[in-house]
Amino acid sequence: MSFLQIKNIRKKIGSVEILKGIDIELEKGGFLVLVGPSGCGKSTLLNAIAGLLPPSSGDIVIDGQVVTDLHPSKRDIAMVFQSYALYPNMTVEENIAFALEMRGVDKAERAKAVAQVAKTLQIEHLLTRRPSQLSGGQRQRVAMGRALVRKPRVFLFDEPLSNLDAKLRVEVRAEIKALHQNTHATIVYVTHDQIEAMTLATKIVVLKEGIVQQVGTPAEIYNRPANLFVADFMGSPAMNMLKGRAVAGGIQLFGAGGQGVTVRVPPSVTTTLSEGKEVIVGLRPEAISDEGSADAAAAASARIDAEVTIVEPTGSDTFVTGKLDGTTFTGRARAETVVEPGQTFRFVFNLDKAVVFDPESGQRIG
Amino acid sequence: MSAAPETISAGSARFTRYFIYGALIILAVVYLLPLYVMLSTSFKSLDEIRGGDMLALPTDPSIAAWVKAWGEACIGVSCVGIKGYFWNSIKMVVPAVIISTLLGALNGYVLTKWRFPGHKIVFGMMLFACFIPFQAVLIPMARLLGLMGLSNSTTGLVMVHVIYGLGFTTLFFRNYYEAFPDELVKAAMIDGAGFFRIFWRILLPSSGPIIVVTVIYQFTNIWNDFLFGVSFSSGEASPMTVALNNLVSSSTGVKEYNVDMAAAVFAALPTLFVYVVAGRYFVRGLMAGAVKG
Repeated sequence: MSFLQIKNIRKKIGSVEILKGIDIELEKGGFLVLVGPSGCGKSTLLNAIAGLLPPSSGDIVIDGQVVTDLHPSKRDIAMVFQSYALYPNMTVEENIAFALEMRGVDKAERAKAVAQVAKTLQIEHLLTRRPSQLSGGQRQRVAMGRALVRKPRVFLFDEPLSNLDAKLRVEVRAEIKALHQNTHATIVYVTHDQIEAMTLATKIVVLKEGIVQQVGTPAEIYNRPANLFVADFMGSPAMNMLKGRAVAGGIQLFGAGGQGVTVRVPPSVTTTLSEGKEVIVGLRPEAISDEGSADAAAAASARIDAEVTIVEPTGSDTFVTGKLDGTTFTGRARAETVVEPGQTFRFVFNLDKAVVFDPESGQRIG
Repeated sequence: MSAAPETISAGSARFTRYFIYGALIILAVVYLLPLYVMLSTSFKSLDEIRGGDMLALPTDPSIAAWVKAWGEACIGVSCVGIKGYFWNSIKMVVPAVIISTLLGALNGYVLTKWRFPGHKIVFGMMLFACFIPFQAVLIPMARLLGLMGLSNSTTGLVMVHVIYGLGFTTLFFRNYYEAFPDELVKAAMIDGAGFFRIFWRILLPSSGPIIVVTVIYQFTNIWNDFLFGVSFSSGEASPMTVALNNLVSSSTGVKEYNVDMAAAVFAALPTLFVYVVAGRYFVRGLMAGAVKG
């Protein structure tokens, strides 16, 4: 049985249904990331788990206990807020100890617990300061300390990194990951940043408009997206969406009416398609490369010459955008690649990685 | 003018500056003149006052008038000075300010952090209370005080001022707490703090500026109130403002201007004191509210 179960949660605010029947399960020690664009209901769901915003219907079960009607303080959870929500009138030590104080833990024991957490997070030298005297990263750490000190059953993180600058965000992200690996805590984490989701999660839930789009491991979400939304949302630069048409034994990309280039997609993908059907073929930028960095192990690949429109060197790679028959696509080439916009460049498509979507329903069909 | 401000020459800018400072100085003198007359008259003897030069400094300054105003002047029929009434006012204003400020803070807390259906209507009605003229409630209030057995008592006056001040104190605190992050309250809830614990431990310690604003506002209003004082109390139970009026308007004997002036300064001292001590927080508090919305 799962440690955290979210059963058919619905939430209406006014006449608007924010959550439309969410079902999620998480095993003990799992790291669940709720990801989606703003307004998708991810924070509402987190608040429902915390008990700050009771759901209209449905149940939340933690470790076999139904907590849906329990007060937030009785659920044995801890939450790290986006703004950190440190009590401005208390020192760091008092902030961390507050929850223990509210639970009647005696002073000596509180001091011991705070010292231990401060050591884990390396904030021992900050204990006597007030939140206003801390930097963003330090506040973030104190907020985590406040959650850690209680050793709750479930940790909830509400976009905890979004107020940090880019460099610090990567550092703290790694710290959160290390923390999870060391403590084996059960974590539910909300973010709109797909890189955070990919790097941290053991399980990702992609939400859109209050509906779960896909649940899976980061690899599943990334490589086998359930629909066009997930495919487009996860990954940067975004997945290339190429219009294609089913033909005998494959899919023709580029060039309507027989002109241009025809590529063959492995038959496993196409067996369910009737000939002539319009489809969308998704290919990640890393599946489109230059001749030199192409995956030699690919079973099916295609070489396509196309005009280059944009070249974006990132230092580690160079992203090259090409255009053929009115369709643009972006590929990832070696950093050393020398190419100018306007030139013709040979792209190598690794078709093993292709995913096929139905353009009407948006669902993946192969 | 705003289209071409750079065409204003340095000379005219300087003239504008002189004009502004000149006007400010003249207005300041006009505003301070009554205070000057009050202070200088209170240190003069009656003979000197009868001499007629109101603006002259006292030739032989004496605090006799002050001593008389505090302990001997006749208010109505009893000649015991204003000191008893001064303490009446203190006994009225201190509890009334503390209670109305605390209740206002509690109201503001509930109206922003524990919203209930209809909270807007409740707040709207409390705002409306700010605009009811004093005169309109005199008779119902007198009846109520009579029913409760609180007529002609300091306790009754405290109650009246608490009720009347509640609209303003609620308004101040509601607007201040509106800008107070909800996440702090949520965090405290998860940490296990209850309704009052969150109020005492999290909100009130962060409310310094607005507490100062509210205390100054309430203190000044209640201390200076005359209408409620004169309507709901009499004789020994009157507050300072009423006693001052009775002192000044006594029609028997010689009119002692110096004693009247000394008593009036006594009446103004506590509010002056509050402004001097907390004035800079007052401005800071108003600014904080303005910036945070």
